[in-house]
Amino acid sequence: MPMKSTLSRRRFLTSTTAAFGATALMPFGANMARAADGLTVGFIYVGPKDDYGYNQAHAEGAAAIKAMAGVTVIEEENVPESTDVANTMESMINFDGASLLFPTSFGYYDPFIKELAPKNPEVRFEHCGGLWGEGDPANAGSYFGYIGKGQYLNGIVAGHMTKTKKIGFVAAKPIPQVLNNINSFLLGARAVDPTITCQVIFTGEWSLAVKEAEATNALADQGADVITCHVDGPKVVVETAAARGCYVCGYHANQSALAPDLYLTGAEWNWAQVYTDMVTKYMAGETIPNFVRGGLADGFIKMSPLGPAVTEAAAAQFEAVKAEILKGGFAVIKGPLKDNKGNVIAAEGEAFAEDDIKLESMDYLVEGVIGSTS
Amino acid sequence: MGKGSRLLPALETALWPLMALIAGGLVFSLFLLVQGKSPVEFFALIWRAGFSTAFSWQNTLSRVSPLLFAGLCVAIPARLGLMVIGGEGAIVLGGLAAAVTGAQVALWPTAAGFAAMALSAVCIGAIWIGLVGLLRVRRGVNETIASLLMAYIASALFNHLVESVFRDPASLNKPSTLPLVDTLRVGMMPGLQAHWGVLAGIVACIAAWALIDRTRLGFAARITGDNMRAAQVQGFNVAGLIVGFTALAGGLAGLAGFYEVAAVHGSANASLISGVGYTGILVAFLARHNPLAIVPVAILLAGFEASSGLIQRRMDLPDATILVFEGCVFLIVLLSETVQGRMPALWLALKGPSR
Repeated sequence: MPMKSTLSRRRFLTSTTAAFGATALMPFGANMARAADGLTVGFIYVGPKDDYGYNQAHAEGAAAIKAMAGVTVIEEENVPESTDVANTMESMINFDGASLLFPTSFGYYDPFIKELAPKNPEVRFEHCGGLWGEGDPANAGSYFGYIGKGQYLNGIVAGHMTKTKKIGFVAAKPIPQVLNNINSFLLGARAVDPTITCQVIFTGEWSLAVKEAEATNALADQGADVITCHVDGPKVVVETAAARGCYVCGYHANQSALAPDLYLTGAEWNWAQVYTDMVTKYMAGETIPNFVRGGLADGFIKMSPLGPAVTEAAAAQFEAVKAEILKGGFAVIKGPLKDNKGNVIAAEGEAFAEDDIKLESMDYLVEGVIGSTS
Repeated sequence: MGKGSRLLPALETALWPLMALIAGGLVFSLFLLVQGKSPVEFFALIWRAGFSTAFSWQNTLSRVSPLLFAGLCVAIPARLGLMVIGGEGAIVLGGLAAAVTGAQVALWPTAAGFAAMALSAVCIGAIWIGLVGLLRVRRGVNETIASLLMAYIASALFNHLVESVFRDPASLNKPSTLPLVDTLRVGMMPGLQAHWGVLAGIVACIAAWALIDRTRLGFAARITGDNMRAAQVQGFNVAGLIVGFTALAGGLAGLAGFYEVAAVHGSANASLISGVGYTGILVAFLARHNPLAIVPVAILLAGFEASSGLIQRRMDLPDATILVFEGCVFLIVLLSETVQGRMPALWLALKGPSR
């Protein structure tokens, strides 16, 4: 909350009639003040910013920006991927004087950012999701992280901790990003023990608490004893799994507070670093590249601290593989590898780096994953 | 009894929703005060974000179109005494039909292409909600519950179809249908930042009013709504009226889906499931199921929703605040239904002995 509105709120409480006039004038005064002060940055989230997941990860990034001098952060949560987001962006530009926007949900880009950016050439639109392409507005840009290796590291720990040799994955939709996470999780576990299988259940929605709970219970019923997920808010999955006595690997943000004893580790976004870099560049007048992507080695991704249950052997292999990933050149999807229908994905000696364009259209589950993409 | 008693019922019709709005606002103000927030700031922000500047109006009008159609989808069956609350289902399926048809007719002349898209959206919507009427007539299934449950089925069906058979293979991480070509996109009305769907919605409201209040068919429908038995005794085709009016309501909701796809999204994807069909219930109730009143009410509610963001950012209140406010108003509207029509009686009672 900017100072100005706090002051005027106090004025409201003392004098209601004067307050009407104050609100009417406030935005203009506030705009001018901010223009002199520095930069107003707007963050837009598709869900609640305390969802222990996708949106919280971005809100943590926004919190890091708030601490920077000369930056005012405004935030709006639960904004649907419809005309609402176009209106929110314009409202932030018109009423709050925002000149740098982070609309963080995938579906905000096309058509909403693409239509609004040319109309507001003085505003910078930074969208999370990697959708910017040649020919798109120059004042728009994309950033995203390769988080597959985070799930691979989750899998390493899971592979050590599972007793039933069955691990579980609650997934939203069978789209490439999600499939890559499922496959990486299993391949991590199989790097420990090649007999491990992973059952996957798709809920069909990014955020559907009831189905997520049902899926988690179903996985536990089938004997899975380490569970992770890729849904917008992992809270329900983590709590349900912990209630069933399963170990949990996190996703998006750190969920260890929800299951302190059973939380092993988690693949988290590190938006604080990404956003700080971007805003620093923007304020210095440098151009932010239109397309920014990075993985664990680039600081876009981080791992939750290992939980108390993690054994020494698991921790040792986790640290060793992590060190190898940080060195660069480590590939998760590499031959010999088949999908779970028997088709060859990668021949002996073939490997796909995490930024390989072929992984962007992944439509298979690897051998050892029990489940189907359709 | 004189002039006063004849004017009162008409006055009352307009007065109740207004009073409900004010009473809802007062109840909500108490709620805000308990939270330590200023009601004055709240309503000032609604004014500012929803109605005060050209941009506010653009923001408001951009939300109006689906509210008009969704309101009609509730109001039209309501005149027959039916509570259809699942317009959302017809909206999403109508949108899907428009998108899928649009991809097929990309090379047709523009007018024919638009007609085909709109027609398929209307047909699917009409079938979906018409089915609710048919279930009511044939099987005696409660239309409120049937339409609500069918809205869930519609969303699930929509997701399944968009993610499988109608999926554009290029839409990797957000499954969508094939994008519409630019010639099949509905544009903005000249001089306004609002698409043609707003005008179409207003026209639909006027047409629905004419149908219900100015035709014999509408008269039969109103009789049915007042007393179904009486209508049957009079020889009206009550079953036909129910199926026909629910189908009409669904067709209009389908049209909302058409405009959402053709004017806003450019393809059908999960964003289409926005819950606007449910806001339509509030619109219709606040308009007391009068199609003409739907227009100002839809604009008012659109303005409320347009201010949600600014309220969230300026007052540090959650996004559900506007929903709580709308809920307060809705509750008062429902309460006021129980005292409606009693004002003339009250008037007479006050005059008392002079009679």
